[in-house]
Amino acid sequence: MGSVLNKDTVEVRFHGRGGQGAVTAAHILVDSAMRAGLWGTAFPFFGAERRGAPVTAYARISHSKVLTKSMVRRPDAVAVLDPAIMRYVNVFDGLKESGVAVINCTEPPTLPIKIRLYVVDATKIALDLGLVLAGWPLVNVAMVGALSRVIGIKLNYVLEAITNILTGRSAELNAKAAERAYYEVSEVGAS
Amino acid sequence: MVRLTLTGNHCVAYAVKLSKVKVVSAYPITPQTTIVEKISELVDLGDADIKMIRVESEHSALAAVYGAATAGVRAFTATSSHGLLYMHEMVWWVAQARVPLVMAVVTRTIGPPWNIWTDHHDIMDQRDTGWLIMMAENNQEVLDETIKLFKITEDPEVYLPGIVGLDAFILSHTVEPVEIPEQELVDSFLPERRQPYVIKSGEALIMGNVPSDLLTNSRMRWDIHLGLRRAEKVIDRVDMEWGKLTGRRYGGLTECYKCEDADYLFVGIGAWVGDMRLAADRLRAVGMRFGVLKIRYVRPFPYLRVLDSVRGKKGVLVFDRSVSAGSAGPLFLDLVSHMYPHRLNIPIKNVVAGLAGYEVNYEDFFRIGESFVKEVSETGWVSEFLEFYPGR
Repeated sequence: MGSVLNKDTVEVRFHGRGGQGAVTAAHILVDSAMRAGLWGTAFPFFGAERRGAPVTAYARISHSKVLTKSMVRRPDAVAVLDPAIMRYVNVFDGLKESGVAVINCTEPPTLPIKIRLYVVDATKIALDLGLVLAGWPLVNVAMVGALSRVIGIKLNYVLEAITNILTGRSAELNAKAAERAYYEVSEVGAS
Repeated sequence: MVRLTLTGNHCVAYAVKLSKVKVVSAYPITPQTTIVEKISELVDLGDADIKMIRVESEHSALAAVYGAATAGVRAFTATSSHGLLYMHEMVWWVAQARVPLVMAVVTRTIGPPWNIWTDHHDIMDQRDTGWLIMMAENNQEVLDETIKLFKITEDPEVYLPGIVGLDAFILSHTVEPVEIPEQELVDSFLPERRQPYVIKSGEALIMGNVPSDLLTNSRMRWDIHLGLRRAEKVIDRVDMEWGKLTGRRYGGLTECYKCEDADYLFVGIGAWVGDMRLAADRLRAVGMRFGVLKIRYVRPFPYLRVLDSVRGKKGVLVFDRSVSAGSAGPLFLDLVSHMYPHRLNIPIKNVVAGLAGYEVNYEDFFRIGESFVKEVSETGWVSEFLEFYPGR
């Protein structure tokens, strides 16, 4: 793990549902990157979003200041907050051949393509910690933890970012969730 | 100094707080809304001592902050697109009244169809009003220039209101690492509020009456032009002062990226200048020496500086994210109209692109730059001075 950041710029796409916190996840990832001495930008899909509908959010992490304002079309990494959307959305669209996917799931899905696949049960982590809002397990920050491990951002920066962006009990629980996901994420097929 | 990751809109809010603005009034419109939401949150937390005035429209929002500024305090509003067009009458009024205040314009295209993405029709529509108008390239510049604009607009050489412009979503809702200056630093940078007159309770002052002396009225109107020309020096000076305190200088009126040895120049304003820099680097890598002239201030239009930058170049490509329908792109029109009397005759082309939020990035700039070099080197001139970029 941690090899993706060997590149000059890493482009990330988060897939979730409106209200699941994909935009916040992208923000926390970039804040973690800043604390690790890197640059970055995080941005939503530029358009209307509705609660429950499939949404995307994006991040660029770089060793130098990010100059482009273009959308991410060929991501190096995708993170899937809700695996159910994979039935309607091709979450691997444009993913580079060297790219990685981190999916929140209990059982690794069978994929139509060959990629480096990582899984973490972020939903279980959220439920264990009581991170539930309006009936939804909150998995977004846990997924940042898992993704950071995969792309090579150290846990302490992620935890600092979480405490900076979230507050109170939410920060505390989400930091725990991110830490668990950071250690529990595993590569499918890796020995 | 603290480093945070902030959206462009939140940068505006922090700058307003640090500038010790006393009155804010605005009407919600996407993509501006999160500026005023954040200010409201800072007030609610007790972090900012600002009076928020609720109004029913943008026209009233600017009228309210105009009133507050006239009474002697720093005042701020923000809007976008249709909101800006709706307040247009007051935009003229505030400049004519010579009342310094600052407005953020999150540039958004104009409907129909209903579209919230960026282009520059809304901000460019304000060019003749007498306001200072600048466009930022990134979130740090948004934060810095909002603070600087209070100093610039309140300079006795200027005494005019100013707009800080930022592109919808690609700055307003995009998070970047940003340095937030300490309050003490901003306090040492910003002087006490200055303005040409203050309305006080108990002191009679006639404002906006029918003029008895048209020659004075005429001179007042012309002095708005002169005030903007005087602002050029103030903008450059304030940029240097801010640079000394923070280490961040932006070049004042314009910034030139690799212009000195360039044969060709991209010229543009706003967030897509970052993509122009990337394109210039890539064109250089394949032997085409490009530079980028970033125009920071559209008003005053810094024509002497701009002419110095384009003089001697083999070709200039001016990108406009709006069009003065029936003529050409407004940035291009400003540039060429100053070139002619200064006897500057070089191949120049206007590319109108990115309208209605259509994305134009470094790959597009690269391609357009490449074909421009081919055209100019083969024919020595340009076949069409104005082109619409149809996308890929």
